[in-house]
Amino acid sequence: MSAVIDAAGLGKRYGRKWALTECTLEIPSGHVVGLVGPNGAGKSTLLNLAVGLLSPTAGTINVLGEEPASSPEQLGRVGFVAQDTPTFSALSVADHLRLGAHLNPTWDHTVAEARIDQLGLDPNQKAGKLSGGQQAQLALTLAVAKRPQLLILDEPVASLDPLARREFLQILMETVAEDAVSVVLSSHLVADLERVCDYLIVLVASRVQLAGPVEELLAQHHRLIGERRDPATLPSNQEVIESSHTERQSTILIRTTDPILDPAWTVEEVGLEDLVLAYMGQAASLARQARPTLGLLT
Amino acid sequence: MIWLTWRQFRSQAAVVFGVLAAIAVVLAVTGPHLVHLYDACKVTHSCNQGSFTHTDNRLQIGLQTLLVVAPALIGIFWGAPLIAREFETGTFRLGWTQSVTRRRWLAVKLGVVGLVSVAVAGLLSLMVTWWSSPIDTANADRFGNAMFGLRDITPMGYAAFAFALGVTTGVLMRRTLPAMASTLVVFVAARLAESVWVRPYLMPPLRHAMAVTGANGIGFSLTPTGLQVIANPPNIPNGWAISSDIVNNAGQAPSAAFFKSACPSIANGIPGPGGGAASLRVKAPGGQPPQAFQDCVAKVAAKYHEVVTYQPASRFWAFQGIETAIFVVLALLLAGLCFWWVRHRLA
Repeated sequence: MSAVIDAAGLGKRYGRKWALTECTLEIPSGHVVGLVGPNGAGKSTLLNLAVGLLSPTAGTINVLGEEPASSPEQLGRVGFVAQDTPTFSALSVADHLRLGAHLNPTWDHTVAEARIDQLGLDPNQKAGKLSGGQQAQLALTLAVAKRPQLLILDEPVASLDPLARREFLQILMETVAEDAVSVVLSSHLVADLERVCDYLIVLVASRVQLAGPVEELLAQHHRLIGERRDPATLPSNQEVIESSHTERQSTILIRTTDPILDPAWTVEEVGLEDLVLAYMGQAASLARQARPTLGLLT
Repeated sequence: MIWLTWRQFRSQAAVVFGVLAAIAVVLAVTGPHLVHLYDACKVTHSCNQGSFTHTDNRLQIGLQTLLVVAPALIGIFWGAPLIAREFETGTFRLGWTQSVTRRRWLAVKLGVVGLVSVAVAGLLSLMVTWWSSPIDTANADRFGNAMFGLRDITPMGYAAFAFALGVTTGVLMRRTLPAMASTLVVFVAARLAESVWVRPYLMPPLRHAMAVTGANGIGFSLTPTGLQVIANPPNIPNGWAISSDIVNNAGQAPSAAFFKSACPSIANGIPGPGGGAASLRVKAPGGQPPQAFQDCVAKVAAKYHEVVTYQPASRFWAFQGIETAIFVVLALLLAGLCFWWVRHRLA
């Protein structure tokens, strides 16, 4: 299985500020990949680098085995829905389809028209008069109808209300199921991704904290509840992600591929949202701990 | 990409071509009447601005004003928003992720809108040049400020430059309004600077030495350093007088000492109406100048001569060509900067 996005030591700097540093990751093909992380983690920068809207300050990124935006063919293989789903407000829905047809040799007009039909959009309506959800659907139609091998969506639902959000993701899923296209979708809300993704990447402060198929991740993580105990005393094959303690009880989130044999623990399954939050929390506390140490060293 | 560019631009282009068509109708209706007036005054060799009606002259001023501002308007309303608006609305992300490279995206936008800009300026200039030709022939001042840049091919050069300037400021600033404002400022500055400091020297001026007669108007001016003599250059039909100096064989202007001995009454100052020293300027063939003035001119003429530098009428087309080329080259350089910036700095 080859990588749709392959980044090594990737960094992007604006002036003096690094938006992304030392990012190394590999996104396998054939998945609907959720890229999740807090605001400012570099998700948007990473995806903009992946479609060639930005070029890296450091490191390399390859998309479908080529440098992003290196040729019309490479551009044709990647569909992109940008944040806030921009459309030309003075152009009608039909004009948008025409522009897609003119600008993409691989354009599938039947698909595009069928989608517009299904969405109930009036082809003569100006895009500026559409609702946010309809604009997002139009932008998605443009990205899908060019028949890409990889579809990249940068926070496509961030500005939508919950109903439009659900509808957008629903239609996205139907499209993806028909076309067997790889998808990378970013969001800072796990709930958005939970419904659609089968692969998850947690990005915190440019670093990949967690990556893997959702089912595998869920199967490997467990919440242990039992008598108060120091997490350091757990077996070495159980990686502690997060622990909290009351006077008498410990709750520990662990990652392991082996069965949990200790009968003292009550073992609970972990939801995706809790899992992501645990990794984000771990990264945040590591960052907090790192500061005083550095202060002492210098 | 051509389709999209034209689709985004066509309504503005339609408005402008509609205005051009309306102007063409007005000029086609009024033009023959100018030719008629010119033919009438030519018989008596008395053609000048006054040979035409007040309305004609007013219409000409209107047309020239339009032609002066047209390139600036093109730069402001077509150039500056072309890319800046895409950044403001975020639609560049849509354009740059279709199966079209960024280079082609920019090339088509620059090419289509740029060519229309040049065509609009060219058509307007063609109409004005045709319509004004009887008046222009009568005025015989093709290098004049109200003519040289407002006839024939120069407006196309200005339009190309203004458009490229607008696009470039838009690319650099990524904001439409500031880009529009700076386009206006830089364009006006560039046009003025070029006409004052560059255009007179596009080709080395010719020199012509002649006797000081005062026939074209001569005067004296009292300055803190002493008396100075000023001679108007002769009228060169359709030519361009650049300078006119009164000098001796060694190329020196009359000294203060010369004036003190030759023209004591003038050099010591003549009381003006306000009581202070007045500068005297008497134009031939105006009223008879004072005797002291005439004596002084005669004494200057005995020792000095007038040297005129000028561009002859025969260089008109060479100047039109060079002027246009300068602005077209500037436009191409700016376009090159846009390509480089879009490729390397906006990523």
